[in-house]
Amino acid sequence: MTPAARSLESLLATREIVIFCGSGGVGKTTTAAAAALGAASELGAKALVLTIDPARRLADALGVEEFGNLERRVPDDLIRAAGLEPRGELYAAMLDTKRSWDELVLRHAPNEETAYRILENRLYQNIAARFVQSHDYIAIERLYDIHASGRYDLVVIDTPPSRNAIDFLDAPKRMADFFGGRLLRWLTMPYRVGGKRGARMINFASRPFYQLADRVLGSQFLQDIAEFFLNFQTMYDGFRTRARAVERLLYDRRTSFVVVTTLEGAPLREGEFFSEQLTTRGFHLGAMVLNRVLPEALLSDEGARAAAVLAADSESLGKMLSDLDLPELSDAERNARVLRIASQSFRDFSVVAKREAELRNELSRLPDVVASVPAFTDDISDLDGLARIAAALFGRP
Amino acid sequence: MTVAPAPDLLDRRLLFFTGKGGVGKSSVTAATALLAAERGKRVLLVEIEAKGNLTALFEHAPVGFEPREVHPGVFVMQMRTEASLREYLRLNLRVPVLGRLGPLANVLEFVATAAPGVKEILTVGKVCWEVRESIAGRADWDLVVVDAAATGHVVAQLDAPRAIQGLVQVGQVREQTDWMVELLSDPAVTALNIVTSPEEMPVNETIQLVERVREELTVPLGAVMVNRVLPEPFTRSDEPAFDAMSEPAAVDVLSNAAGSGATAVLEATNLAVSLRRSRAVHLNRLAEHVDLPLVMLPYLFVRDHGLRVTRMLADALSQELGFA
Repeated sequence: MTPAARSLESLLATREIVIFCGSGGVGKTTTAAAAALGAASELGAKALVLTIDPARRLADALGVEEFGNLERRVPDDLIRAAGLEPRGELYAAMLDTKRSWDELVLRHAPNEETAYRILENRLYQNIAARFVQSHDYIAIERLYDIHASGRYDLVVIDTPPSRNAIDFLDAPKRMADFFGGRLLRWLTMPYRVGGKRGARMINFASRPFYQLADRVLGSQFLQDIAEFFLNFQTMYDGFRTRARAVERLLYDRRTSFVVVTTLEGAPLREGEFFSEQLTTRGFHLGAMVLNRVLPEALLSDEGARAAAVLAADSESLGKMLSDLDLPELSDAERNARVLRIASQSFRDFSVVAKREAELRNELSRLPDVVASVPAFTDDISDLDGLARIAAALFGRP
Repeated sequence: MTVAPAPDLLDRRLLFFTGKGGVGKSSVTAATALLAAERGKRVLLVEIEAKGNLTALFEHAPVGFEPREVHPGVFVMQMRTEASLREYLRLNLRVPVLGRLGPLANVLEFVATAAPGVKEILTVGKVCWEVRESIAGRADWDLVVVDAAATGHVVAQLDAPRAIQGLVQVGQVREQTDWMVELLSDPAVTALNIVTSPEEMPVNETIQLVERVREELTVPLGAVMVNRVLPEPFTRSDEPAFDAMSEPAAVDVLSNAAGSGATAVLEATNLAVSLRRSRAVHLNRLAEHVDLPLVMLPYLFVRDHGLRVTRMLADALSQELGFA
């Protein structure tokens, strides 16, 4: 039993893999990058952030854009310039799905000829480049590789933009099932009975299913598919062994999950669902990060009272301000208008802040660690910004 | 470059909505359906990804593959590929509805794994079929509105008929993709709309998607719906006055009158101003790079979700489209 981490900082200090997940658009990538930056500077770790789909400017800031699958060190100067002391080392890498798949095929195919037959197959190219769920599997696969290399104390990864984040966790099992499945054997059977691979004349007519499929899809298409999978199947053993090892890694006690969410209805529901699923399935849910939280001052009674007074007394206050020795405030009428607008702004945003607070209170089943990152007024796209998020994650002022 | 909003948007028969996760794609889709219904149309609203929260925007329980009226004039159906396949087989191949579609569903899963486009074709095919039937007067929809895949997947989704044409050389499916491609390419019938918000990533994805759609698809683009646009608190001439109110002398005056909360009010307004300002940069970038009608929908300062909020968004949309 792994002792519960008391803060995100201790979580990052005691785990080797931390997986950031959550709904789309909540700031997973940025939060994951900030966590790795924090670990590299504050904890002195040799940390890698493996990012799936970073904002272009964030990728630029980390220096990963053009490096594809390569792991690249973020220069210490940049970290210092962001006001942090690089006690460890920060690395960044982006996931190149297509290239990772190619590498996988080259590794598992029984010989080079088969490997290239697979790589050149049109269906394979479709799968590797477009098959959505292939991102899930390849991300975990890559994570496994990097972790096994032992090059890093900590690997932080953000999950691919999945329709359903749970798919990510099922990916290795699904891949193993797929390759071991009866379905694949059944579908490729007429070809194996037919003997020679790639044979064109195959009698589908004996089975009703093939008859139907033939009418709907055309036999050529089915043949293409079967041919491809016959080749792909040669990688079966390597693939299955690997998929199981990858799955074990996800359950390993050195691996933790962090759910990132904003305090908005839909992302939060998804975040909660994800937390629940993680726990139910026996993964380690390490922390929840509430991102872009509005300032607490918006909830204060003093603020609400002040907003009411500023609006009600805007005329007289506008006049008083115009008597000050400040040229910008010389127009009493304008001062009054600005005060009314400010009051309205406060009330508008406090409605949203109250909604956030309510949603937060409704959160059930929270992990031991909950960290809040405030709403910053600008987009986070450089190491300065990441440093501010890291400070919030680590609970530093 | 600014293009006037698209008042004729609701005159099409088929509207797709895509967008990056988190921008409010479903809300805007639902609001569009509501607006069309309130303007007298019979609307079929299709939820493609089975999240099941589209009906919640109408405060209605989840629905299935069979369309159900969740609000006067708004019928919602949830796409299910197996049900779609079953219907397809029944209608097109006159295959008796098999008691056990089990193995066939497995095969579907298998084929969909091998060739992206097969699963999508059943989805897009069903949508196109409803539109074609209603144009022919055999189905009762004035408008079909689709809460489609997110920006990352929508091209593959809408390209499915053509992808199938490329992969399947002969057979019935091949023949049936021809009319789908035609319907999806007709600007009088179909429009793909992109929902976004004035933030960096959503704007980036929108710009990239517009390019990709023009390069890779024949589906006409409709409008870009910019959701959650913050109001501009002050005019340019008012801003210096607001800034000066944070001077110690001014803060004193305000705190004496309104108490310690006065600074919280100023800070909140400051947040509003900064947020609006940083978002304006992305809004400008969007207008600069995308020559589509931009429909601006306000950030709604509301506490709850549900029908009331959907209606507020529909009202804003109505104004933007020039109806109200």
